[in-house]
Amino acid sequence: MAIFKSSSSQTELAVDAPPVKSGAASRKQFMQRLKRDKWLYLLLLPGLLYFLVFKYAPMWGIVIAFQDYSPFKGVFGSEWVGFEHFRDFFQNPDFTRLLRNTFILAVLDLVFFFPAPIILALLLNELRINLYKRTVQTLIYVPHFMSWVIIASITYIFFTTSGGVANEIVGHFYGKEINFLSSPDWFRPLIMGQIIWKETGWGTVIFLAALATVDQEQYEAAIVDGAGRFRRLWHVTLPAVRSTIIVLLILRLGNFLDTGFQQIFLMTNSLNRDVADVFDTYVYFVGITQGAFSYSTAVGLFKSVVGIILVLGANKLAKKMGQDGIF
Amino acid sequence: MGMPKMHNTPGGRVFDVVNFIFLGAIGLLMILPFLYVIAGSFATEAELTSRSFFIFPETFTLEAYQYIFSTDRFTRSILVSIGVTVVGTIVCLFFTFSMAYPLSRKHLLGRNFFMNMVVFSMLFSGGMIPTYIVVKSLGLLDSYWALILPIAINPFNLIIVKTFFQNIPIELEESAKVDGCTEFGIFWRIMLPLSKPVIATFALFYAVAIWNDFFSALLYISDSTKWPVQVLLQQIILLSQSTIGDTSAMGADYVAPPDQSLKLAVVVIATLPILIIYPFLQKHFAKGMLLGSVKG
Repeated sequence: MAIFKSSSSQTELAVDAPPVKSGAASRKQFMQRLKRDKWLYLLLLPGLLYFLVFKYAPMWGIVIAFQDYSPFKGVFGSEWVGFEHFRDFFQNPDFTRLLRNTFILAVLDLVFFFPAPIILALLLNELRINLYKRTVQTLIYVPHFMSWVIIASITYIFFTTSGGVANEIVGHFYGKEINFLSSPDWFRPLIMGQIIWKETGWGTVIFLAALATVDQEQYEAAIVDGAGRFRRLWHVTLPAVRSTIIVLLILRLGNFLDTGFQQIFLMTNSLNRDVADVFDTYVYFVGITQGAFSYSTAVGLFKSVVGIILVLGANKLAKKMGQDGIF
Repeated sequence: MGMPKMHNTPGGRVFDVVNFIFLGAIGLLMILPFLYVIAGSFATEAELTSRSFFIFPETFTLEAYQYIFSTDRFTRSILVSIGVTVVGTIVCLFFTFSMAYPLSRKHLLGRNFFMNMVVFSMLFSGGMIPTYIVVKSLGLLDSYWALILPIAINPFNLIIVKTFFQNIPIELEESAKVDGCTEFGIFWRIMLPLSKPVIATFALFYAVAIWNDFFSALLYISDSTKWPVQVLLQQIILLSQSTIGDTSAMGADYVAPPDQSLKLAVVVIATLPILIIYPFLQKHFAKGMLLGSVKG
């Protein structure tokens, strides 16, 4: 968030006062400045091209959501159909199913994953042996750097019914093994488990940074006032991370529809498809594997538009609550 | 950091002990699956089916790795991953740093516009299908460039590097200008040498991102001879297709691969580069985050 903040404040500074001069003179000055900075523009060019080609050309490509796009006719030759694909999508039973799946995963994420790094960071903060604390930190950051393919593979290796370690343990205590990987009932718990395992450790980084700024004298003062361990946690430690928690919560609300494509795609199979499909994976299956380009672009656009409304809304909410906002 | 020494009640002491053990257990939980996978990849098939969990195999064997490096398919895909990661990291660094520098110059005309362009692309995107169509119309399908170019700039990284350049004292630049240095000369001879640690940081970040990237290959590469390790891993473990695309293995001298340990060994190969650079990563990521939060 700090990234956004700093960038916007700097861009404001960058606004140059427009020269109030006659047209010819200001044009001359304009050309002079372009000429003076020609090396800078040359340096800017590759990056600019990147954004135009891989970010802005696809934005323009969204027009195919309103066409019956055919790869042979191209964007210019395809027939316009207006909002037909959107109507189709909203009337399709898939729509409510995707909305439901996405919503449930997002709520589960908020309830089970979101608090995990906060709790872990607070516990780490209570450790008194620094070397031990650093060792634990080193270990818990590792899964964050692994790809989702590796995480999914390890999940398969441990939970498969043909000799998976976790399933053998389950079989030992429960009497029989459970088909976690293809059971619709276990899809959501597995997704939550994976994300908690992979990202909780990394999530503590930002909270530990906030905790490091707490003035130690406040603790000493609290002790003098007779505050016990828990009261110190409540009145000194928690207020220090409160604004971080609020900002992250708002960010999370802004990205409410963003369920990780890779994770869900990798854990989806024909048996759990019904509960697994979310907007992103649906776009992939319908668009890339079935070739319904226009329809899936419409679905993607719907998600993007709702997404940007949520982000801007969340930002507004943040400002209303007296926070800085994200950008 | 940590807590200052303070009075501790008996209850507090119990909490400390429980917390100590609990966090140790969490730490182990995060790393044990990897240790098991590594151990299993060196174990025999018989041991893998008879014992449920171990960190030291009874008999140490390189069978799985020998099989992997004896097949074309695995070796090729490892080489693809290494090649794409090395070239991709260089390309990403080039694009990111060359764009970040002009954006950090406050006197640049249009800087505001370009910055807004970057920020807007973080909020709204064309989405999967339009991007796919762009990549396709550039003729990049089934090209290794499709694994690099569409992710050449990470906007977050770009903004962090821009902020870094902005915080380099302006005096350095001014004295270089007095000496007759062009803007490009300043970038090349002063700014880049000064940003060596930052370049190292982002080289690591980009390398990890490209090595781990599965999405691009899934979308853009259908030719199985060009698959990077991540896709191969997905095919082998998640889709259980041990011999897909390896028709040569179906011949007369076909030997069944050591199925279980083979899977584990492929996971190890996909994991190993990350584990190797992890100590460097850890040293740098704090720095990267710090740079991002510094306001110019």
